Amino acid sequence: MDRPLTRNIKPKAEPLWLAEYEKAGGYESVRKALRTMAPQEVQKLVTESTLRGRGGAGFPTGKKWSFVPMGPDTPRPKYLVVNADEMEPGTFKDRLLLEGDPHQMIESMIVSAYAIQADVGYIFLRMEYGIAAARLRKAIKEARAKGYLGRNLLGSDFSFEIYLHSSAGRYICGEETALLNALEGKRAIPRAKPPFPQVVGLWGKPTIVQNVETLCNVPHIITHGVEWYRRLSRGKDGGTKIYGVSGNVKRPGAWELPMGTSIREILEEHAGGMRDGFAFRGLLPGGASTAMLVEEHLDLPMDFESIAQGGSRMGTGTMIVLDDQTCPVGFAQNLEHFFAQESCGWCTPCWEGLSWTERILQSLEEGQGRMEELDVLTMHTKLLAPGRTFCALAPGAMDPLQSLLKYCRVDFERHIHEKRCPWRDGHNGADGARTWPVSSSMIVPTR
Amino acid sequence: MLSDAERAEIEEELSHYPDKQAGCVEALKVVQRHRGWVSDENLKSVAALLGMTSDELDSVATFYNLILRKPVGRHVIFLCDSISCWVCGCDAMRKSLQSLLGISMGETTPDGRFTLLPIVCLGACDHAPTMMVNDDLHEDLTIEKVDRVLEQYP
Ligand SMILES: Cc1cc2nc3c(=O)[nH]c(=O)nc-3n(C[C@H](O)[C@H](O)[C@H](O)COP(=O)(O)O)c2cc1C
Ligand code: SF4
Ligand code: FES
Repeated sequence: MDRPLTRNIKPKAEPLWLAEYEKAGGYESVRKALRTMAPQEVQKLVTESTLRGRGGAGFPTGKKWSFVPMGPDTPRPKYLVVNADEMEPGTFKDRLLLEGDPHQMIESMIVSAYAIQADVGYIFLRMEYGIAAARLRKAIKEARAKGYLGRNLLGSDFSFEIYLHSSAGRYICGEETALLNALEGKRAIPRAKPPFPQVVGLWGKPTIVQNVETLCNVPHIITHGVEWYRRLSRGKDGGTKIYGVSGNVKRPGAWELPMGTSIREILEEHAGGMRDGFAFRGLLPGGASTAMLVEEHLDLPMDFESIAQGGSRMGTGTMIVLDDQTCPVGFAQNLEHFFAQESCGWCTPCWEGLSWTERILQSLEEGQGRMEELDVLTMHTKLLAPGRTFCALAPGAMDPLQSLLKYCRVDFERHIHEKRCPWRDGHNGADGARTWPVSSSMIVPTR
Repeated sequence: MLSDAERAEIEEELSHYPDKQAGCVEALKVVQRHRGWVSDENLKSVAALLGMTSDELDSVATFYNLILRKPVGRHVIFLCDSISCWVCGCDAMRKSLQSLLGISMGETTPDGRFTLLPIVCLGACDHAPTMMVNDDLHEDLTIEKVDRVLEQYP
C-alpha cells in the first residue's frame, strides 16, 4: 500500500460507509491504540514517524502534541480541532480527503484524541464544503452508533465526542488562534502567542489544532508502524504527500505521492506538462502565500527543507502555475487583492499595507504606474516581513510579490514604459483586472 | 420573529458548545437558510436568543463573507475570482454572466432571480474556472456551460 491516505478514494464515487470501511481495515488503529497502547505510546510513534504538519507550516506533529498537559490533574475538557477551513487559494487537497473518505477523518480524530486524551473534537469546516459536511455528519452518526464515539469507547475508559462546525467564509479563520476565536463565536482575530493553544486554547483549555491531511496520516502510522511509514517517503520527512497542480497544464489534479517527489515529476508526469500554446514561467509551490519558483528549481524535491532552500515554502503542496500568456503583474494583483480583502484588520501594517500594495499593482496594470512605485512595493515586502505583523497572513502575502518582483522585474517595468499592460488584449491581461464593484459603464443589456 | 423550525435548528446547534455565543455563526446560518439573508430584525432575535447584544452579534456577522446582511435574489451565484480561476479565465465568465444577467457584480436582477457575487477559491482549482450557485458547485466553466447552468435555476 503506497497511497494510504487515498486508498479508499475513487473519483466521483460514494465514499466507503462504515461496514465497507471496516472491511477495508478501517478503525483498526482505534482498536489497536485503545486496547494495547498507552496514550504516550501513540504520541511516541507519531514523533518517531517524523510526521510534519500539512497545513502550511510543517511543524513536527509529535512535538506539538508533547506540549499538551497530560495526567490526572490537567485542566478539562481538552480539545482536538481539525482545521478544515482550506481557503488558501490554489489549495484543494483537504476537500479530496473529506469528501472521499469521511470515516478516515473520524478514525484519525479518535486515535489522535486518545493520544492527547482530548475529550471533545471539533471539525472546523469551511461553509462551501457542503458535500463534505453531509458526509462527515453521516460518518459521525455511524461511528457513534457503533460505539467508536461517545462514552467509554470500545469498553475502554476513554470517552470522546465529535461535532462539526461549519464556518461562514473568512481566510483568517484558518490561522489556528483566529480559528479558536471563531469557534468561540467571536470575531476571528488571531490571539497573541504565548500562551500556545496546546496549553491555553479553546475556552482557555488545552487544544490541538491540526490540518486535515496531517491527522489522516496518524491511523496508518499506528496500524502499520513507523518503519513502514518512513519508507513511504523519498526524503527525511516521513510519509506521502498530496500534491496538486492547477493552472494551464494538461491534466490539473491532485495525487498522493511519496514525500519528496520532484517538482518536475509532479508537473510533467502527473499534470502532463503545459497545455499546448502555453509556456512555463514559474509556480507557487504550495498555495497563494508561497514565493514563486522558476525553471532552475524544477528538480527540487517537494519537501519542507528542499523548497526552503529554493527560497520558498512547500506550504500546502498544491502548486499554481504561471504561464507566458498570463500577465505576472495581473497575477500579483489578483493575489494581493485576495490578501487585502481577507486581512482581518487587526494590525495597521497589514490592512493598510496590503490595500496600498493592491492599489499600486492596479495602477501598474492600468498603465499608470511609476518607477518609484516598484520601490514602494519592495519596501512593503520588508515592512510586512515575518515578525512585523501580528500573524503570518501579511508575510504570506508578501512572499509571492517579492518573488514576482525578482523573477519578472522586466514585466513590471514594461508596464511602466509602455504605459499599458502588454497582455491587455491577450488571454489574461489588464482588462481582466479586478475592478469590483464594477462601474456602471460595464453593464451590458440583457439579451 | 424566528419560526419554530428555526429555533429548533438553532437549539440543536447550540447543544454542540459549552456556551451559547459559540453557536452564533451557525445560528445566523440557520436564519439565512430559511430566509435567504439576515435582516436587522432577525439578527436582533438571534442575539436575544443567545444572550448577546445585537452589536456584538453584528460585529461577528459582518466579519464573514457569507453571512448576507442584505437581501438577495432567489439564487445566488458565487463566482470564484481567486488565482487559479483567474489564470484559467474567470474574467471571461464574469463578463459573460454580467451580460447574460444584465447586472454587475454585487447586484440582483430586477426580476429577483439572481444575485451575482464574487467568492474566494472554492477548493476546486483543478477544475477552474468554477462557481457556486446556491449550494451547488459548477466546475470547468466555459461561456456555453455558464449559459446552460443558469437554466437549471428558474
Ligand atoms: C492566514 C492563515 C490561514 C491559514 N489557513 C489554514 C487552513 O485553512 N488550513 C490549515 O490546515 N492551516 C491553515 N493555516 C495554518 C494554521 O495556522 C496551522 O498552522 C495549522 O492548522 C496547523 O496544523 P498542521 O500542523 O497540521 O499543519 C493558516 C495560517 C494562516 C496564517
Ligand atoms: S497580520 Fe493581518 S490578518 Fe494577521 S492579525 Fe494583522 S491584520 Fe490580521
Ligand atoms: S482558485 Fe477558483 S477554485 Fe481555487
